[in-house]
Amino acid sequence: MEYSEKVMEHFVHPHNVGKIEDADGVGEVGNAKCGDIMKMYLKINDGVITDVKFNTYGCASAIATSSIATDMIKGKPLSEALKLTNKAVVEALDGLPAVKIHCSVLAEQAIKAAVKDYYEKNGIEYDEADFHFNEEHHHI
Amino acid sequence: MKVYADNAATTKISKTALDAMLPCYTQIYGNPSSLHTVGQEAFHALRDARRTVAECLGCESDEVFFTSGGSESDNWAIRGIALAMAKKGKKHIISTKFEHHAVLHTLNKLEKEGFSVTLLDVYENGIVRVEDLKNAIRDDTALVTIMYANNEIGTIQPIREIGAVCREKGVLFHTDAVQAVGHIPVDVKADNIDLLSLSGHKFHGPKGVGALYCKKGIRFENLIEGGAQESNRRAGTENVPGIVGMAAALKEACDNMEKNAEKLVAMREQLINGILKIDRSRINGDRVNRLPGNVSACFEGVEGESLLLYLDLAGISASSGSACTSGSLDPSHVLLSIGLPHEVAHGSLRLSLCEENTPEQMDYILSQLPGIIDRLRDMSPLWEKIQKESNSK
Repeated sequence: MEYSEKVMEHFVHPHNVGKIEDADGVGEVGNAKCGDIMKMYLKINDGVITDVKFNTYGCASAIATSSIATDMIKGKPLSEALKLTNKAVVEALDGLPAVKIHCSVLAEQAIKAAVKDYYEKNGIEYDEADFHFNEEHHHI
Repeated sequence: MKVYADNAATTKISKTALDAMLPCYTQIYGNPSSLHTVGQEAFHALRDARRTVAECLGCESDEVFFTSGGSESDNWAIRGIALAMAKKGKKHIISTKFEHHAVLHTLNKLEKEGFSVTLLDVYENGIVRVEDLKNAIRDDTALVTIMYANNEIGTIQPIREIGAVCREKGVLFHTDAVQAVGHIPVDVKADNIDLLSLSGHKFHGPKGVGALYCKKGIRFENLIEGGAQESNRRAGTENVPGIVGMAAALKEACDNMEKNAEKLVAMREQLINGILKIDRSRINGDRVNRLPGNVSACFEGVEGESLLLYLDLAGISASSGSACTSGSLDPSHVLLSIGLPHEVAHGSLRLSLCEENTPEQMDYILSQLPGIIDRLRDMSPLWEKIQKESNSK
């Protein structure tokens, strides 16, 4: 197994690590038993993600996917963030080893969970289809 | 500073071993089966190496069979005995839950072929109980296979007592001694061992070479058929350089065992004491009955692969039994076998030392480790939960 330089770069110097105390949306996916938990904090203004932070417990690829995924949605409208796929995350990292693909799924799910949390807290109607994933974390 | 602390995975070849090997490539390169002088020189080198290995194990030369390594030896011993004993109607094998996969996967396969397998518990301290073994032995038990020392948590099993029970009950006893040979005293006669697996690269010998000891008179089936090498037991032109290097390394390891162990235990304890100062850390396996160079620890709220990669960036080579390093979904079966919850087992770290390590290197590891753990915990939602739970208590 080998990580791309991009994965190592984001693992060694992850972007957007931390918490947002007054976050507008928080999403947490994964579980300790499986060895990875991702928690995303979003600051949202006028439907745009103005800030994003993450906390991740997991392997190098879990940390790297959290880092690059937060980069990819920062400053973006929610509609665009919801379109972020795990495939795009993997591509941005110049690939992940096959056994690590589930980490990228986790990143996509964490973002969606945080957006959903924002919608629910604010009573904003949303389309279930945009949050099309299993609540429970499954490795694929 | 560079620190190689993954000697249970593999070791650097010793100068003695390498010096013994080199002429086997350039001068003594004949086939030991050839009758000409060049072949006979290789034959003699092989004979001497076999004698050396036999002396280190306390057995006779004709009880030592060279193989490609520990995995082949384990496969051969278990399958070879199972097939031979099945002819006598004995199709039950006893082992433990935390054996190496070379043993466990062989047993899984045999189960599919109609054998029955009992895996003994190893309890929280990672040591099998002889009483459990006594209770597990049946009339149709063909073989007991229990490792000498565990590769991950380093715990040493009561091999002599296990061997005595097997002798008393008339059951054959194999031990995977890959982590033990060359590190702690092993004497196949005194330990009542019928078959034993060893691997050259775990004691500063070359990779791709090992041996199987089998007590004279025991019938077991061949695994590799072909030429008449190894007394007709294991076909294939012998890896003469590898075998010669392994024998030289083993002799060196056995000659220096006491001195090395003393040094290793001091460094091991230095590491363990330092590690236990880290909040929510634990040492896996019995504190006393463990290999001189083995430190196995868990750090809550931290995932092992991240830990080991950050250590690598600091120049420290270690290993982990986390799921992410094994390529499977579950953490190491060894850590689960001693009762660790998944989330704790994911945060495991193994540091395995050799006599070339220094106390200064241990200081260096201990200077790097807490900072790395803090860094990972700072970004760990699991650590946040653990902290909240302990604060609310």
